Amino acid sequence: MRPADRSYSASHEWVQLDGDLATVGITDFAIEQLGELVYLDLPEDGGAVSRGEAFGEVESVKAVSDLNSPIDGEIVEVNSALADELSALQDQPFAGGWLLKVRVSGPEALDGLHDAEAYEKLVEAEH
Amino acid sequence: MPYIQNTDADRAAMLEAIGVSSVDELFHSIPEDLRLREALPLEPGLTEAELSARLAELASWNRPATGGPNFLGGGFYDHGWAAAVDELAGRSEFLTAYTPYQPECSQGTLQWIYEFQSMIAELCGMETANASMYDGASACAEAALLALGATRRKKVVVSAGLHPHSRETMATYLRYQGVELVEAPLKDGVTDWEGAVDGDTAAVFVQQPNFLGLVERLDPVKAACEEHGALAVASVSPVAMGLLRSPGAAGFDVVVGEGQGLGVPLGYGGPHFGFFAARQKFVRKLPGRLVGTSVDREGRRAYTLTFQTREQHIRREKATSNICTNNALMALRGCIHMAALGPAGLEEVACVSRQRALELRDALCALDAVSEAFPDQAFFQELPLRLAGGDAAVLRLKQAAAQAGIAAVLPMSAWHPELDGVFTLACTERTSPEDVRRLVDVATQTFQMEVAL
Repeated sequence: MRPADRSYSASHEWVQLDGDLATVGITDFAIEQLGELVYLDLPEDGGAVSRGEAFGEVESVKAVSDLNSPIDGEIVEVNSALADELSALQDQPFAGGWLLKVRVSGPEALDGLHDAEAYEKLVEAEH
Repeated sequence: MPYIQNTDADRAAMLEAIGVSSVDELFHSIPEDLRLREALPLEPGLTEAELSARLAELASWNRPATGGPNFLGGGFYDHGWAAAVDELAGRSEFLTAYTPYQPECSQGTLQWIYEFQSMIAELCGMETANASMYDGASACAEAALLALGATRRKKVVVSAGLHPHSRETMATYLRYQGVELVEAPLKDGVTDWEGAVDGDTAAVFVQQPNFLGLVERLDPVKAACEEHGALAVASVSPVAMGLLRSPGAAGFDVVVGEGQGLGVPLGYGGPHFGFFAARQKFVRKLPGRLVGTSVDREGRRAYTLTFQTREQHIRREKATSNICTNNALMALRGCIHMAALGPAGLEEVACVSRQRALELRDALCALDAVSEAFPDQAFFQELPLRLAGGDAAVLRLKQAAAQAGIAAVLPMSAWHPELDGVFTLACTERTSPEDVRRLVDVATQTFQMEVAL
């Protein structure tokens, strides 16, 4: 079971909300599908992200995928050290492998995302 | 000799295989009223000898640019090349316009592309270069796409001295991308960047030398880009890089250009090739194919296509570029030409070209009717001159030169209406002192006659 303290998107990103600060990452399922990661491109601090729109990309030995934002908001912090330390993303996508911290308008930013249980079903269907 | 090689027996076998009794039956679904019942109105067939003679007659109407002295420039120059270029590029192992689709089987092709990339990168002062582009204009457009993607901004600033083909091609590529394309005007023959670059600018494009042949200052471009976080992009003459400071040395991010001057015939406007070089940090955003080195399972050096995740066959609509192939055969000529010349040879070509242009300038400007259009600026192999009589005089000089068998005089007002009476002339290492004297004689006679009238 994946962490229950966060919300999930159908495109395999997670969001953990603390007040109006949301931490964004990608799930272990996304990592597993990509395979061995070779490159990560993240935005600079200060920009905006919109739900469903790409904010960066991740490349593995077999594919490149867009990183899509599960929420709307302002980027306040980027885990920029990750690009040089891809093992953190590879091995701990729910912890040290977080990607962005985003300021959101409020809890309604999570509307429409899945809880861990619903995401579990979604992933099973994709397997 | 029949043009379609199927014999009657072949046709019968094919019809039998698909279970149809005749060709008429095969086409029975085409309505009667759409069928052509009379013979096509073609001239009777010619023998091979007659056909060759007919085509030779048509070809003789052409006026090849290399048929006499050629002072036309405008981005494409009458440079020469060694016989080795024709000989090696014509080998059947190489003779294709395509980069390979089963690439690692073609180690020889990948090797020359790798060498091409290495020489282009060195010439531009960059760390990496791709396997070539269609031409200089599409290379500029692809550089704009790279910058827009890298900066996530929506504005591109181009010098009005960038080749008109490049500016038009960029406008076409960017038309439906919601991108603002802004032109920085020319002032005294070179780009006036005053206020052109701001925090929304993704990239700034300068051409070296510019379309008038004049040398642009690279440092102010780089400084403006640095201040506003834009990429500095130069479109360069590769021959000029034998003499001028490379944009890489000036801190530029991307260098592109038209490769025709490197061993490719003028050829009535093509095919030529473009080149694309960039800083290592942009390697994942480069367009087109990229060859790298590796080792095979026995530890020997081997060449391989690399960073293919950028490309269409993997990234589909999100690929860095939609370039499918390139002008690899022309780029091969460029590769052999550069290898044959070496750095010292390229410098010599550049020096001789410039020397001829200086001699031409001095001789023509001794005439009362002719002056340097922008005497305060430096030029390389091509220079803008001004005629006191305006465009009418420019046309007279162009016609007089043509009558004397000399291709010369490119009027600038077609692209820059404010430059009435201004035209350019270009010299290469193939321009002889005798060629210069002949053109000066034509100009002298043209304008003496006008004084007499």
